[in-house]
Amino acid sequence: MMESAVDSERTMLKREIADLRAALNQKEQCLRELEDSVSFATRSEQEVVGNDLESPGGAVHTKLTNDDIARYSRQLILPDFGVQGQLKLKNSSVLIVGMGGLGCPAAQYLAAAGCGHLGLVDYDEVERSNFHRQILHSEDRCGMSKAESARIALNELNPHCEIHCHSRMLYPHNAMHIIRGYDVVLDCTDNVPTRYLLSDACVMLNKPLVSGSALKMDGQLTVYNYGNGPCYRCIFPVPPPPEAVTNCGDGGVLGAVTGTIGAMQALEAIKVIVGMGDVLAGRLLIFDGSSCVFRNIRIRSKRPNCHMCSAQPLITELINYEMFCGMHATDKNNPTLLFSTDERLSVEEYHRKIQAKPHLLIDVRPTAEFEICQLPEAVNVPLVEILDDSYLKRLGKQLEDKELPVVLLCRRGNDSQIAVQHLRNRFPKHFVRDLIGGLHAWTSNIDPNFPIY
Amino acid sequence: MGTPELKIILEFSAGAELLFGNIKRRELTLDGNQKWTIANLLKWMHANILTERPELFLQEDTVRPGILVLINDTDWELLGELDYELQPNDNVLFISTLHGG
Repeated sequence: MMESAVDSERTMLKREIADLRAALNQKEQCLRELEDSVSFATRSEQEVVGNDLESPGGAVHTKLTNDDIARYSRQLILPDFGVQGQLKLKNSSVLIVGMGGLGCPAAQYLAAAGCGHLGLVDYDEVERSNFHRQILHSEDRCGMSKAESARIALNELNPHCEIHCHSRMLYPHNAMHIIRGYDVVLDCTDNVPTRYLLSDACVMLNKPLVSGSALKMDGQLTVYNYGNGPCYRCIFPVPPPPEAVTNCGDGGVLGAVTGTIGAMQALEAIKVIVGMGDVLAGRLLIFDGSSCVFRNIRIRSKRPNCHMCSAQPLITELINYEMFCGMHATDKNNPTLLFSTDERLSVEEYHRKIQAKPHLLIDVRPTAEFEICQLPEAVNVPLVEILDDSYLKRLGKQLEDKELPVVLLCRRGNDSQIAVQHLRNRFPKHFVRDLIGGLHAWTSNIDPNFPIY
Repeated sequence: MGTPELKIILEFSAGAELLFGNIKRRELTLDGNQKWTIANLLKWMHANILTERPELFLQEDTVRPGILVLINDTDWELLGELDYELQPNDNVLFISTLHGG
């Protein structure tokens, strides 16, 4: 009896706390919107009178406050940084594009160091699969815009940092407008089209671009469009083939790896703003986390005939980058469609008609993913083993039976179609189907308790 | 008197190794009687050690867009690209560029 009373008390308290938190978030959101509308109105007025804003904040600080001195004392005593460095940082504005694994740590160090103004761009919302690397977001802010969520965390860290949220996707039509007001831009994005877009816009607006990227156990970092250094297009005049590009959602990534690169993006931004040290322009830092090796390699300087940053650019306005790259600018599911619906199998149909009967269910995900969760009937044959026919050794006997239905599945229903295509060529008489939407569809339509990753 | 040899080191980074049997570093001993340019080296790699889909490494006799080639830690574009002639103990590094964040 005692136990259950404690339990229900606990449940009630937890619920009340959650409600209070939600109410608090809502009030804070209202306050921010109010402040934004006020500051936007003042800014528009300044623009009307022809005041070309150097930073989104307006007034230039020429002195440090006592609070500044106490808060930043450990970096103020660095001879190369000092009071002048701190003032430059206080008067600076940095735009961070992407509040993910790179953007969170970068923003954290910039806000903590006393950067006066941060702009945060992200169209996406916080979800649980973010937390392991996107360390500004928290459980109670699931579903909130990532930019807003980051702002809450950053203001707790340093209330003096003025933060402007741009909770939208960066497009050719809004990029110039958003970027214009900032001194330095951080590329913390996760896709090729946005990387070209950011680089082109930064060349046009003459902004240094601190570019970071990470995948699995590897990271890369460089600064584009700084001094005589190259722009993104000087190094990559032609986009990579789409099939050679993997994002963190598909390839995986360790949070400490994005954290390493993101923290270094903040460092390079601070060096650019303060004018200290040797900025990583014309060089590329590559980080191999698995052996903990950093390499600093010399890359080319500006390409004399670069379409973008040379004296005679061929590109003079922003273009359609998704079309240029043949890729989407989001990591949201872009389903493969190899077959018409009547040649495929929905999870409901599989559940109703096939699951209880003899059949062969092949899960084509990599083994590491299969170990996370799997349907009880499934055998794991990773896609590579389907494509190189090594599965025949294991399943050849079973596949002699033409009457045995063969169902292939994966995480979201893309790879399984490729596997079906391959299997049908070898076994044209068999009933071979892919499971539409894969395990994600299984969770949403059949078993809500099946884990999603 | 042995036949002349050209020893070089090949390295792969940020996923490029996945196309070459997941080996990140190889010490190669090439036939020193012939001249080895990067162009010859790419052909040799295709014939001998490229294990996965070749189109993810090569396109029209050169390295596909998105893979950087470094010779002794310097961008190959500064050294003549395909025409660079390999020297003893050269280190050739192939890096896939990353786009995730």
